[in-house]
Amino acid sequence: MIRIENVSFKHRTTPILTDVSLTIPKGGVVALIGPNGAGKSSLLSLVARLQPLQTGAIDIDGLPVDSTPGRELARVIAILRQDTTVASRLKVRELVGFGRFPHGRGRLTAADHAIIDAAIARFDLADLADRFIETLSGGQRQRALVAMAFAQGTDYLLLDEPLNNLDMYYARELMRSLRSIADGKGKTVVIVLHDINQASAHADRIVAMKGGRIVADGTPTEILTPETLEAVFGFNMRVETIEGKPFVLHQL
Amino acid sequence: MSARALQPSLRTGTIAGLGLAVLFVLSLAVGVSPMPLGRVLSDPEALQLLLVSRLPRTLAAILSGAGLAIAGLIMQTLARNRFVEPATAGTAQSAELGILLVTLLFPAAALPVKTLVAGGAALLGTSIFLATAHRLPPAQPFLVPLFGIVYGGVIGAAATYAAWQADLLQFLAVWTNGDFSGVLRGRYELLWIAAVMVAIAWFVADRLTIMALGREASIGLGIDYARMVQIGLVLVSVITALAVAVVGMIPFVGLAVPNIVSRLMGDNVRGTLGWVAAGGAGLVLACDIAGRLIRYPYEIPVGTVMGVVGGAIFLWLLFRRGAHA
Repeated sequence: MIRIENVSFKHRTTPILTDVSLTIPKGGVVALIGPNGAGKSSLLSLVARLQPLQTGAIDIDGLPVDSTPGRELARVIAILRQDTTVASRLKVRELVGFGRFPHGRGRLTAADHAIIDAAIARFDLADLADRFIETLSGGQRQRALVAMAFAQGTDYLLLDEPLNNLDMYYARELMRSLRSIADGKGKTVVIVLHDINQASAHADRIVAMKGGRIVADGTPTEILTPETLEAVFGFNMRVETIEGKPFVLHQL
Repeated sequence: MSARALQPSLRTGTIAGLGLAVLFVLSLAVGVSPMPLGRVLSDPEALQLLLVSRLPRTLAAILSGAGLAIAGLIMQTLARNRFVEPATAGTAQSAELGILLVTLLFPAAALPVKTLVAGGAALLGTSIFLATAHRLPPAQPFLVPLFGIVYGGVIGAAATYAAWQADLLQFLAVWTNGDFSGVLRGRYELLWIAAVMVAIAWFVADRLTIMALGREASIGLGIDYARMVQIGLVLVSVITALAVAVVGMIPFVGLAVPNIVSRLMGDNVRGTLGWVAAGGAGLVLACDIAGRLIRYPYEIPVGTVMGVVGGAIFLWLLFRRGAHA
């Protein structure tokens, strides 16, 4: 369980997050939505202790993120940041392999290799495994980074806009993979999404943020209504129900 | 990390090892006094020359070359920029200023003490460089080396001014321009500490690879990033200070070798560290042998030879990069 209690965060004097409290139980896919600058990425990086907490408290399975050793947390939670650039000349297999670093400190066992191979297979990277990252397309690189986070083998996986650069096929594949690891392995996936219909199709729960606060929290059916969406994004959009799931026609 | 992905073939390893061995033997054989290697065991004078001069000189070249190449690799990892190295980003200049000041204030201080002060100054100078480099916009990768060159130039100018005032310019030249001709048994052994630094780098090789992915990726994988930056700074500063104090600074080794190895083998430090160390040793040794032969029987300091050779390699890397991107 991830517990976020009364977290506020300022960049110099600009408030980014204001008194955010959120509890995410173990298991399932939680989508974070909201307009640009709502504080979604800041919230994720605070949970993943990439930035120091200023006020409030966050713990993951009872481990406070600001005082637990980084190495211990790295076995519990993995994060993929938005727009991660890899300037190093590493092969895909090497990069994915570094996801295992928190477990063996660099020594890879046969079990580690099996996990790496599984991550490579799951994200359809087998043909690219011996290519250098810099030679890949943006979408292929994104999949390699997701595979690395996945190989970390943590119960909690935080992904900040992982669908960036992915074509429709791989965006859907990634969401289905996340769904299946949440269902099959009881993992908790927290994912920032801009494609709201991916959230509807694959998430159990949607948390909407705006202006550094949580403004709505519920199942896709509860959140994806014209009223709530207008309150979050500031314009009216049509919502249609297909096979019992709400789909937002925000392009119209 | 994963053995099968990055082990270069045994043949390349053998060829590289043989190349280094040939340079080693050549370095023992080449010099002003004739010393046929075949007579070493029968002729006590030849053996004496070998043990007192040629062998220490060869080892000094190997140790400083390997150390400086590794220092360059670590510095590039810390700055997340391929175009920095101790000689061009203020580390060497800080060490030179430090050793100059300790020589001015405590002329009688022993070499280890002077080296220690040089190391402290290098640590301070490099920390300031790194703190600034991390604030420069990442979209402008050439700003970091440019800033480093200007910054190093300013510190170097301060050292020159201080040396000029104190009439110590000749001393300064000894530290700024690497030269192995003065290396004798008993006067280079401090350089073995550089080998210890390389061993530490080997120990943290995976962490260095991850650090090159950035601060956030490092923290995400459970690495104490701030601590690792400190360790890296100490390694770079100690190696550079040793080179400055014992043989004088040798430019471009730290730039050319890690870049060439990266191009050929990638950036997985666990797999490349040995190659970077061997490449640095080989390059410095080759330049020293060349310096002994070009104007035979006179010598050209290795720092000068490396300035020309390394400068050419650096330009080639820059233009290749342009063509590559």
